[in-house]
Amino acid sequence: MVGGFGVGKTTMVRSVSEIRPLSTEETMTRAGIGVDDTTAVRGKTTTTVAFDFGRITLDDELVLYLFGAPGQERFWFLWDRLFAGTLGAVVLVDTRRVQDSWYAIDRLEHHGTPFVVARNNFGAPQHSRHQLRDALDLPPHVPLVDCDARRRDSSKAVLVALVNHLFALSFARETTP
Amino acid sequence: MSPRLHDENPDRLYTITGGRSRVVDDGSIDLVTLIVSESEPSAGMQSEHARILRICRRPTAVVELSADLELPVGVVRILLCDLLDAGVVTARHPRTSHSPDALPSPELLKRVLLGLQKL
Repeated sequence: MVGGFGVGKTTMVRSVSEIRPLSTEETMTRAGIGVDDTTAVRGKTTTTVAFDFGRITLDDELVLYLFGAPGQERFWFLWDRLFAGTLGAVVLVDTRRVQDSWYAIDRLEHHGTPFVVARNNFGAPQHSRHQLRDALDLPPHVPLVDCDARRRDSSKAVLVALVNHLFALSFARETTP
Repeated sequence: MSPRLHDENPDRLYTITGGRSRVVDDGSIDLVTLIVSESEPSAGMQSEHARILRICRRPTAVVELSADLELPVGVVRILLCDLLDAGVVTARHPRTSHSPDALPSPELLKRVLLGLQKL
Protein backbone atom coordinates (compact mmCIF):
# COMPACT_ATOMS: atom_id res chain seq x y z
CA MET A 1 0.00 0.00 0.00
CA VAL A 2 1.55 3.16 -1.18
CA GLY A 3 0.50 6.75 -0.94
CA GLY A 4 1.30 10.13 0.53
CA PHE A 5 1.44 11.00 4.21
CA GLY A 6 -1.87 10.83 6.04
CA VAL A 7 -3.71 9.13 3.21
CA GLY A 8 -4.69 6.15 5.35
CA LYS A 9 -2.07 3.48 4.65
CA THR A 10 -1.56 2.68 8.33
CA THR A 11 -5.32 2.62 8.83
CA MET A 12 -5.83 0.22 5.95
CA VAL A 13 -3.07 -2.17 7.05
CA ARG A 14 -4.53 -2.08 10.56
CA SER A 15 -8.08 -2.74 9.44
CA VAL A 16 -7.27 -6.03 7.67
CA SER A 17 -4.24 -7.35 9.55
CA GLU A 18 -4.64 -10.22 11.98
CA ILE A 19 -1.68 -9.06 14.05
CA ARG A 20 -1.37 -5.91 16.06
CA PRO A 21 -0.20 -3.03 13.93
CA LEU A 22 3.55 -3.14 13.68
CA SER A 23 5.98 -0.74 12.28
CA THR A 24 9.65 -1.12 11.65
CA GLU A 25 12.41 0.69 9.88
CA GLU A 26 14.74 0.32 7.01
CA THR A 27 17.97 2.20 6.65
CA MET A 28 18.71 4.24 3.61
CA THR A 29 22.15 5.36 2.66
CA ARG A 30 22.05 8.71 0.95
CA ALA A 31 25.60 8.85 -0.29
CA GLY A 32 25.78 5.20 -1.27
CA ILE A 33 23.56 5.50 -4.30
CA GLY A 34 25.48 5.00 -7.49
CA VAL A 35 28.77 5.18 -5.66
CA ASP A 36 31.36 2.46 -5.54
CA ASP A 37 31.15 0.49 -2.28
CA THR A 38 34.67 1.17 -1.11
CA THR A 39 34.36 4.91 -1.58
CA ALA A 40 30.93 5.03 0.01
CA VAL A 41 31.93 3.42 3.28
CA ARG A 42 33.25 6.58 4.88
CA GLY A 43 31.38 9.80 5.33
CA LYS A 44 28.02 8.50 4.26
CA THR A 45 24.93 9.62 6.06
CA THR A 46 22.23 7.13 6.79
CA THR A 47 18.69 7.82 7.71
CA THR A 48 15.81 5.53 8.43
CA VAL A 49 12.22 5.41 7.36
CA ALA A 50 9.38 3.72 9.17
CA PHE A 51 6.95 1.47 7.41
CA ASP A 52 3.91 -0.47 8.56
CA PHE A 53 3.25 -4.08 7.98
CA GLY A 54 0.47 -6.49 8.64
CA ARG A 55 -0.24 -10.15 8.05
CA ILE A 56 -3.16 -12.23 6.84
CA THR A 57 -3.01 -16.01 7.12
CA LEU A 58 -4.69 -17.23 3.94
CA ASP A 59 -4.60 -20.96 4.54
CA ASP A 60 -2.39 -23.63 6.12
CA GLU A 61 0.51 -22.78 3.85
CA LEU A 62 0.09 -19.22 2.65
CA VAL A 63 0.65 -15.98 4.48
CA LEU A 64 -0.03 -12.61 2.88
CA TYR A 65 2.10 -9.73 4.10
CA LEU A 66 0.87 -6.20 3.73
CA PHE A 67 3.32 -3.34 3.65
CA GLY A 68 2.41 0.28 3.87
CA ALA A 69 4.99 2.90 3.07
CA PRO A 70 5.15 6.46 1.82
CA GLY A 71 5.28 6.73 -1.93
CA GLN A 72 7.34 9.85 -2.38
CA GLU A 73 10.44 9.64 -4.47
CA ARG A 74 12.84 9.71 -1.56
CA PHE A 75 11.29 6.61 -0.01
CA TRP A 76 11.30 4.51 -3.09
CA PHE A 77 14.42 2.54 -2.11
CA LEU A 78 12.16 0.73 0.31
CA TRP A 79 9.81 -0.37 -2.43
CA ASP A 80 12.56 -1.58 -4.70
CA ARG A 81 13.35 -4.15 -2.04
CA LEU A 82 9.75 -5.26 -1.93
CA PHE A 83 9.13 -5.86 -5.59
CA ALA A 84 10.43 -9.43 -5.62
CA GLY A 85 7.58 -11.64 -4.57
CA THR A 86 5.08 -8.81 -4.48
CA LEU A 87 1.70 -9.75 -5.89
CA GLY A 88 0.74 -6.19 -6.57
CA ALA A 89 0.19 -2.77 -5.09
CA VAL A 90 -2.64 -0.60 -3.88
CA VAL A 91 -2.13 3.10 -4.53
CA LEU A 92 -4.12 4.90 -1.89
CA VAL A 93 -5.26 8.31 -3.04
CA ASP A 94 -6.53 11.31 -1.12
CA THR A 95 -8.42 13.37 -3.72
CA ARG A 96 -7.35 16.57 -1.99
CA ARG A 97 -3.71 15.72 -2.73
CA VAL A 98 -3.80 13.78 -5.96
CA GLN A 99 -0.27 14.84 -6.91
CA ASP A 100 1.11 12.77 -3.99
CA SER A 101 0.29 9.65 -6.02
CA TRP A 102 1.88 10.57 -9.32
CA TYR A 103 5.34 9.34 -8.55
CA ALA A 104 4.13 6.00 -7.15
CA ILE A 105 1.94 5.30 -10.19
CA ASP A 106 4.75 6.19 -12.56
CA ARG A 107 7.18 3.94 -10.73
CA LEU A 108 4.79 0.97 -10.56
CA GLU A 109 4.11 1.23 -14.28
CA HIS A 110 7.84 1.39 -14.95
CA HIS A 111 8.43 -1.76 -12.90
CA GLY A 112 5.48 -3.56 -14.44
CA THR A 113 4.02 -4.16 -10.99
CA PRO A 114 0.24 -4.62 -11.21
CA PHE A 115 -1.73 -2.17 -9.11
CA VAL A 116 -5.17 -0.81 -8.38
CA VAL A 117 -5.98 2.70 -7.23
CA ALA A 118 -8.15 3.08 -4.15
CA ARG A 119 -9.73 6.43 -3.38
CA ASN A 120 -9.96 6.75 0.37
CA ASN A 121 -13.09 8.75 0.96
CA PHE A 122 -12.75 11.55 3.43
CA GLY A 123 -16.31 12.78 3.30
CA ALA A 124 -18.10 13.08 -0.02
CA PRO A 125 -15.88 12.74 -3.10
CA GLN A 126 -15.21 16.12 -4.68
CA HIS A 127 -14.42 14.76 -8.09
CA SER A 128 -16.05 12.28 -10.38
CA ARG A 129 -14.19 9.06 -11.08
CA HIS A 130 -13.62 10.30 -14.57
CA GLN A 131 -12.00 13.50 -13.30
CA LEU A 132 -9.82 11.51 -10.93
CA ARG A 133 -8.69 9.16 -13.70
CA ASP A 134 -7.76 12.21 -15.75
CA ALA A 135 -5.90 13.82 -12.88
CA LEU A 136 -3.94 10.61 -12.29
CA ASP A 137 -3.46 9.95 -16.00
CA LEU A 138 -4.59 6.42 -15.22
CA PRO A 139 -4.55 3.84 -18.04
CA PRO A 140 -8.06 2.48 -18.73
CA HIS A 141 -7.21 -1.08 -17.64
CA VAL A 142 -6.18 -0.02 -14.12
CA PRO A 143 -9.11 -0.43 -11.70
CA LEU A 144 -10.17 2.54 -9.59
CA VAL A 145 -12.16 1.68 -6.48
CA ASP A 146 -13.61 3.70 -3.63
CA CYS A 147 -12.92 2.71 -0.07
CA ASP A 148 -13.09 3.63 3.56
CA ALA A 149 -9.74 2.46 4.92
CA ARG A 150 -11.11 2.36 8.47
CA ARG A 151 -13.53 -0.42 7.61
CA ARG A 152 -12.31 -3.98 7.38
CA ASP A 153 -14.85 -5.03 4.75
CA SER A 154 -13.99 -2.01 2.60
CA SER A 155 -10.23 -2.60 2.82
CA LYS A 156 -10.80 -6.28 2.13
CA ALA A 157 -12.76 -5.33 -1.00
CA VAL A 158 -9.76 -3.31 -2.20
CA LEU A 159 -7.48 -6.34 -1.80
CA VAL A 160 -10.02 -8.54 -3.59
CA ALA A 161 -10.13 -5.96 -6.42
CA LEU A 162 -6.34 -6.21 -6.72
CA VAL A 163 -6.42 -10.02 -6.90
CA ASN A 164 -9.22 -9.90 -9.46
CA HIS A 165 -7.14 -7.46 -11.49
CA LEU A 166 -4.22 -9.92 -11.35
CA PHE A 167 -6.56 -12.67 -12.55
CA ALA A 168 -7.62 -10.50 -15.49
CA LEU A 169 -4.00 -9.71 -16.40
CA SER A 170 -3.00 -13.33 -16.12
CA PHE A 171 -5.95 -14.39 -18.27
CA ALA A 172 -5.22 -11.72 -20.89
CA ARG A 173 -1.63 -12.88 -21.11
CA GLU A 174 -2.58 -16.53 -21.53
CA THR A 175 -4.93 -15.76 -24.37
CA THR A 176 -2.45 -13.49 -26.14
CA PRO A 177 -0.55 -15.53 -28.71
CA MET B 1 3.63 4.53 12.97
CA SER B 2 5.71 4.27 16.07
CA PRO B 3 8.24 7.01 16.60
CA ARG B 4 10.32 4.87 18.93
CA LEU B 5 13.08 3.96 16.48
CA HIS B 6 13.61 7.58 15.52
CA ASP B 7 14.85 8.17 19.03
CA GLU B 8 17.25 5.28 18.74
CA ASN B 9 20.77 6.01 19.85
CA PRO B 10 23.08 5.31 16.89
CA ASP B 11 25.85 4.31 19.29
CA ARG B 12 23.75 1.43 20.55
CA LEU B 13 23.09 0.15 17.04
CA TYR B 14 26.80 0.50 16.29
CA THR B 15 27.62 -1.64 19.32
CA ILE B 16 25.02 -4.29 18.47
CA THR B 17 26.46 -4.82 15.01
CA GLY B 18 30.09 -4.53 16.10
CA GLY B 19 30.49 -1.41 14.00
CA ARG B 20 29.28 -2.94 10.78
CA SER B 21 26.83 -0.90 8.81
CA ARG B 22 26.35 -3.22 5.92
CA VAL B 23 26.71 -6.81 4.95
CA VAL B 24 27.33 -8.28 1.55
CA ASP B 25 23.75 -7.88 0.43
CA ASP B 26 23.17 -10.59 -2.11
CA GLY B 27 19.44 -10.30 -1.64
CA SER B 28 19.36 -13.61 0.18
CA ILE B 29 17.57 -12.17 3.20
CA ASP B 30 14.55 -10.16 2.24
CA LEU B 31 11.73 -8.83 4.40
CA VAL B 32 9.60 -11.95 4.18
CA THR B 33 12.33 -14.58 4.38
CA LEU B 34 11.40 -16.97 7.20
CA ILE B 35 14.08 -17.56 9.80
CA VAL B 36 14.08 -20.80 11.80
CA SER B 37 16.24 -21.60 14.86
CA GLU B 38 18.31 -24.72 14.56
CA SER B 39 19.71 -24.60 18.08
CA GLU B 40 19.15 -23.04 21.48
CA PRO B 41 20.95 -19.90 22.67
CA SER B 42 24.31 -20.68 24.22
CA ALA B 43 26.00 -19.11 27.24
CA GLY B 44 27.87 -15.93 26.47
CA MET B 45 26.02 -15.31 23.24
CA GLN B 46 25.23 -11.67 22.36
CA SER B 47 21.79 -10.96 23.79
CA GLU B 48 20.28 -9.95 20.41
CA HIS B 49 21.47 -13.22 18.87
CA ALA B 50 19.95 -15.14 21.76
CA ARG B 51 16.64 -13.28 21.38
CA ILE B 52 16.50 -14.11 17.69
CA LEU B 53 17.07 -17.79 18.45
CA ARG B 54 14.25 -17.75 20.99
CA ILE B 55 11.80 -15.89 18.72
CA CYS B 56 12.60 -18.12 15.74
CA ARG B 57 11.77 -21.38 17.47
CA ARG B 58 8.64 -20.68 15.48
CA PRO B 59 9.49 -19.69 11.88
CA THR B 60 9.43 -15.88 11.81
CA ALA B 61 9.71 -13.43 8.93
CA VAL B 62 12.58 -10.94 8.98
CA VAL B 63 10.18 -8.01 9.10
CA GLU B 64 8.44 -9.42 12.17
CA LEU B 65 11.80 -9.99 13.86
CA SER B 66 12.67 -6.37 13.19
CA ALA B 67 9.47 -5.22 14.86
CA ASP B 68 9.84 -7.62 17.80
CA LEU B 69 13.46 -6.62 18.43
CA GLU B 70 12.70 -2.94 17.78
CA LEU B 71 15.72 -2.78 15.50
CA PRO B 72 15.92 -1.54 11.90
CA VAL B 73 15.76 -4.21 9.23
CA GLY B 74 19.35 -3.47 8.16
CA VAL B 75 20.65 -4.20 11.65
CA VAL B 76 18.59 -7.39 11.91
CA ARG B 77 20.01 -8.50 8.57
CA ILE B 78 23.56 -8.13 9.89
CA LEU B 79 22.71 -10.13 13.01
CA LEU B 80 21.08 -12.83 10.88
CA CYS B 81 24.17 -13.16 8.70
CA ASP B 82 26.18 -13.93 11.86
CA LEU B 83 23.69 -16.60 12.87
CA LEU B 84 23.49 -18.09 9.39
CA ASP B 85 27.28 -18.24 9.20
CA ALA B 86 27.34 -20.02 12.56
CA GLY B 87 24.75 -22.48 11.29
CA VAL B 88 22.37 -21.87 14.20
CA VAL B 89 19.51 -20.60 12.06
CA THR B 90 18.30 -21.45 8.59
CA ALA B 91 16.46 -19.25 6.11
CA ARG B 92 13.42 -20.32 4.12
CA HIS B 93 12.99 -18.16 1.09
CA PRO B 94 9.61 -17.16 -0.23
CA ARG B 95 8.56 -18.44 -3.60
CA THR B 96 9.10 -15.65 -6.05
CA SER B 97 8.65 -15.26 -9.75
CA HIS B 98 11.86 -15.78 -11.66
CA SER B 99 11.19 -13.14 -14.24
CA PRO B 100 10.17 -9.71 -13.03
CA ASP B 101 7.11 -9.46 -15.24
CA ALA B 102 5.83 -12.94 -14.46
CA LEU B 103 2.36 -12.95 -12.98
CA PRO B 104 1.40 -15.27 -10.16
CA SER B 105 -0.25 -18.50 -11.25
CA PRO B 106 -4.08 -18.64 -11.33
CA GLU B 107 -3.91 -21.43 -8.70
CA LEU B 108 -2.03 -19.18 -6.31
CA LEU B 109 -4.38 -16.26 -6.98
CA LYS B 110 -7.37 -18.50 -6.30
CA ARG B 111 -5.97 -19.45 -2.91
CA VAL B 112 -5.28 -15.79 -2.09
CA LEU B 113 -8.83 -14.89 -3.05
CA LEU B 114 -10.34 -17.68 -0.96
CA GLY B 115 -8.21 -16.64 2.01
CA LEU B 116 -9.25 -13.00 1.67
CA GLN B 117 -12.91 -13.88 1.40
CA LYS B 118 -12.73 -15.61 4.78
CA LEU B 119 -11.58 -12.41 6.44
